Amino acid sequence: AYPKRVKVVEVGPRDGLQNEKNVVPTPVKINLINMLSETGLQVIEATSFVSPKWVPQMADHTEVMQGINKLPGISYPVLTPNLKGFQAAVAAGAREVSIFGAASEQFTRKNINCSIEESLERFDEVMKAARAASIPVRGYVSCVLGCPYEGKISAAKVAEVSKKMYSMGCYEISLGDTIGVGTPGSMREMLTVVMKEVPVGALAVHCHDTYGQALANILVALQMGVSVVDASVAGLGGCPYAQGASGNVATEDLVYMLNGLGIHTGVDLQKLMDTGTFICNALNRRTNSKVSQASCRL
Amino acid sequence: MGTVPSALKHCLSYQHLLKEQLWIGEPPAAAHPAQEPQASGLPEYIKIVEVGPRDGLQNEKVLVPTDIKIELINQLSKTGLPAIEVTSFVSSKWVPQMADHKEVMRGIERHPGVQYPVLTPNLQGFHSAIAAGATEVSVFGAASESFSKMNINCSIEESIEKFEEVAKSARNMNIPVRGYVSCALGCPYEGNIVPDKVAEVSKRLYGMGCYEISLGDTIGVGTPGSMKKMLEAVMKEIPLSALAVHCHDTYGQALANILTAIQMGVAVVDSSVAGLGGCPYAKGATGNVATEDVIYMLNGLGINTGVNLDGVMEAGNFICTALNKKTNSKVAQASFNTGTIN
Repeated sequence: AYPKRVKVVEVGPRDGLQNEKNVVPTPVKINLINMLSETGLQVIEATSFVSPKWVPQMADHTEVMQGINKLPGISYPVLTPNLKGFQAAVAAGAREVSIFGAASEQFTRKNINCSIEESLERFDEVMKAARAASIPVRGYVSCVLGCPYEGKISAAKVAEVSKKMYSMGCYEISLGDTIGVGTPGSMREMLTVVMKEVPVGALAVHCHDTYGQALANILVALQMGVSVVDASVAGLGGCPYAQGASGNVATEDLVYMLNGLGIHTGVDLQKLMDTGTFICNALNRRTNSKVSQASCRL
Repeated sequence: MGTVPSALKHCLSYQHLLKEQLWIGEPPAAAHPAQEPQASGLPEYIKIVEVGPRDGLQNEKVLVPTDIKIELINQLSKTGLPAIEVTSFVSSKWVPQMADHKEVMRGIERHPGVQYPVLTPNLQGFHSAIAAGATEVSVFGAASESFSKMNINCSIEESIEKFEEVAKSARNMNIPVRGYVSCALGCPYEGNIVPDKVAEVSKRLYGMGCYEISLGDTIGVGTPGSMKKMLEAVMKEIPLSALAVHCHDTYGQALANILTAIQMGVAVVDSSVAGLGGCPYAKGATGNVATEDVIYMLNGLGINTGVNLDGVMEAGNFICTALNKKTNSKVAQASFNTGTIN
């Protein structure tokens, strides 16, 4: 049995654009988010309050946050890797934030230059401040089905990190197959273990389509009761670990599948496709969404 | 979120990721074509039917010379694939890409344990195929009257009569016949296709002696929802062990649809190396699901296929180079670009 409703978390403007070769100007980002706000999506990850030295594509975070139309009923979470970023985010009007952990020590070290334990200590500061300001925090766990440095990742490690972040106060834990190597087999195994530590209602999956497995992996997650799925319009965002390969799963393709399963998302697929067309033109690239590419008269 | 170049330098090479990393799932030691379900309820073994040289090449823009086709098939024969659809004995007036059917049939290496079926739309094609050395044939029905008319210029009933002639001759010569049902999940002309219609056509093909019925999502519009409904209807008429799915990835749904089918016990899956073969009904869109991506998924599920993924990727690389095109396989795309390449 499948969930009756699935919440789609749109990560294109942040995860997508951050991993695209071409940078788009601020007005284009704002227009992208405004168009996404008209599609019925309830959650749109808008930007990242991280130093522009590290992530130049997100340098305009304050302008984007202040420039978008914030429609009622829609959440616009932003990434905040530390307290400084959190404070800047709140000052710019953010009302929900995300923090990024990982199930791999080497990935954490290479990515943010500290151990998993140290990263969680940094996040604790953010959690405290967020709690004081009544700001919900979403936790991400990267490398849940494999790591570009360590290779195999144990499900127990994923469960351990997820549990820590959940007990620190994250309302939701998004489990990320960062390099897309996961399959329905490893997805099922990982979720079985994680679901012993975190209630399924607080879990989300963030699948990358680098090996074409994303929708099959998502299907298994849905079968196990997960009802929150991350995706990126037009499949924006390549994979930094496999040059030329794809990254995020395309929101259009996900919604197409959910529609076919009779699962309610509230998302208008046509408006979503139009938004994808807009951003692909702006990026001067072809869409990664197969639904968008096809033009059958059905 | 670090800078790209240093990440690429330090991460594992694709060989390491694919070969040594156990998350992909250890395939069982020997090939057991048993249909008993695993603890997970999935088949232990799945037969992959490789349709690249026929369905794939037929739907590619660029025509491939005969020797390249033969080399492709020979490479595929070494990968462990149990069945490779090699060509089509149809008039070259209609399908010029398959005009060299006799040369291909006679030119390929025939590996023991590998089947080399060919398409035979009518009795004439069947005789021609047998004369050229074919030992298995396929016939193509459709669940849509409009598709049947537009594709082969006759009604479903008339096409069944033609196939019955082929099936009768085949039976006399002990030649196995595989039946295909196109438009099983949707038709480019009629739109929605009723599952009972698919079941009805399948039953006719099975009843005339086809040993296996391959259900084709010809335009790739199917989803796990429609796949399940269609299979439920067909499984009332055809034994599970005689069913195969032939999914197109035009809407990105193929692997999810295949997963649904194998969860219901289907144990035969058609696919095309490098995802060869576009969709003639949606310009620029993809068609067949890529064999590499299917095998990657099945390996990850611990399902045995007997197929060597590296070998298929190499064959895919060969044919894409010959066709001067990028592969449609995501596994191949990721593998040839990750870290260091040997």
